[in-house]
Amino acid sequence: MHAIVCLKQVPDTAELPKVEPADVMQGTLKVTRVVNPWDEYAIEEALRLKEAHGGKVTALTLGPAEATEALRAAVAMGSDEAVLLSDPAFGDGDAWTIGYTLAQAIRQIGQYDLVLCGKETVDGNSGLTAATTARYLSIPLLTCVIKIREVDFTAHTITVERLVEEGLEVVSAPLPAVVAVIKGINEPRYPSFRGIRTAARMAIPVWGMGDIAGLEADKASEAAAAVRWTNIRKPPARAAQCEIIEADTVEEQARILADRLLAAKVI
Amino acid sequence: MSVFVWIEQFNGTPVSLSWEVLGKARQLADARGTTVAAIVLGQGVEEIARQAIGYGADTVYLADDATLASFRLDPYAAVLKRLIEEHQPAILLWGGTSRGRELAAAVSADLGLGVAAECLDLRLDDEGNLVATRPIYTGNILTDVVFRRRPQMATVRARAFPMPEADASRSGEVIAIPAVLREEEIPVKVVGFEQAGTGEVSVAEANIIVSGGRGVKGPEGFQPIRELAAVLGAAVGASRAAVDAGWIPYKHQVGQTGKQVRPDLYIACGISGAIQHLAGMRTSKVIVAINKDPEAPIFQVADYGIVEDLFKVVPALTEVLKERLAR
Repeated sequence: MHAIVCLKQVPDTAELPKVEPADVMQGTLKVTRVVNPWDEYAIEEALRLKEAHGGKVTALTLGPAEATEALRAAVAMGSDEAVLLSDPAFGDGDAWTIGYTLAQAIRQIGQYDLVLCGKETVDGNSGLTAATTARYLSIPLLTCVIKIREVDFTAHTITVERLVEEGLEVVSAPLPAVVAVIKGINEPRYPSFRGIRTAARMAIPVWGMGDIAGLEADKASEAAAAVRWTNIRKPPARAAQCEIIEADTVEEQARILADRLLAAKVI
Repeated sequence: MSVFVWIEQFNGTPVSLSWEVLGKARQLADARGTTVAAIVLGQGVEEIARQAIGYGADTVYLADDATLASFRLDPYAAVLKRLIEEHQPAILLWGGTSRGRELAAAVSADLGLGVAAECLDLRLDDEGNLVATRPIYTGNILTDVVFRRRPQMATVRARAFPMPEADASRSGEVIAIPAVLREEEIPVKVVGFEQAGTGEVSVAEANIIVSGGRGVKGPEGFQPIRELAAVLGAAVGASRAAVDAGWIPYKHQVGQTGKQVRPDLYIACGISGAIQHLAGMRTSKVIVAINKDPEAPIFQVADYGIVEDLFKVVPALTEVLKERLAR
């Protein structure tokens, strides 16, 4: 069994309110960076598959040199190998250039059964890259996965439960496949002391554009991006001034609140 | 160069978000002086095609086939891809549901297009190009998205646009189109389905959400919250703390690693208001906070607050509203 986990280094969620539009435009966020919380579920699921079936887990990311730290976090949790895709020539890519680059890198990593990733990132929030990666790899995509019910690495099949709006859908697909997981699939483990030591010592390979066989530079670079962000701004602040409803009894407080809500026409 | 909209259905029932998107598409098309085409895929879904005309479509492309009965990415994407290549729409819009997001992403990769995900607003610039506004950094930043290629595509968040009025007298044309893939060419099979609790309103689409947090103290603590929600026809939401404690399933979670919601009314009960929670509900129209702790950050985003034990306030509010709303 070989699971490749695609992950991203993102701002610590507690620091997201500190992100300023100018920093986003210049790509210079003054925040602590962590593994995207959704991706931790993907790492955990890969590790559980390894524990159940044997094999190995490879963590893969695209980003600046500092993104190595996110890979070390995945290794500290128990991933066996890691690869950083990093090259100034990638520039500020989007879901299409990054999906394309990840797909080419995954091909180069070689034989694999599963590509696991999180539902979306807490910075871009688009949830597109799992899909673009799967399409560029020409393999099935299973999103919103809340449980892997059965996986057979000999018959190359997987059956999963997907949490969609109406309920739980059970779906089977041939392997290899891209599986995007959601919260609820597992509880990610903390890194072990031994894992942290292993991660600290590991020499993590860095692949630039020229190191990925068959990668067409004009599809992987910022110039190929399909969309552009503009007018980056803070959302309008909530004008709310909180009216604290006080009265002698709870019943009276409830009555006043009901009056307010009826007057606001929200009930 | 018209505006296309994918109309989503599940088991033959249209997803109401699709009509919200179709209503917006109609507006954009009118501003451009062009037409709206709806795309309906499924099995036994002719009625949805007719409804799409009522909601503003001039043309409906209807692919009715057994291979399309349940949503699956490959057969759906194949039909969309062919339609786009044939008709070259200027704009293509999707509801931002789990299926809409996945399908739009796949089609964009297949055709080398861009898509703006989870949009809150859409407009046209002076040249008639789509400008899509979406939240990034989990709602802490807004950006406009512009596109390099056509069709310009966006998925739209539930409740970003109002539900249009259906007009049964509108006329339009339904054009039957074939499925593209045969069953043996489709790798993914849907082998089962478990319906969510019946009569339960989902947080993503709810007009009103009543949410519980750490202050509900246990699974049974959600009972008064459910009772208030029932009186209001509201969805039951929860903070991460309540979900992680195992008091309520994950699908109820509102916030950064749960659903991002924007109901008319959000009632936060026993929720302190961690920024990860605020990120998911801050754009609600009216926010009510019920919490014993007057220092709880939730009061900073609330319009109305009651500093009191939720186990006293929530049942009292339920009783008052039962009378007022006569339910």
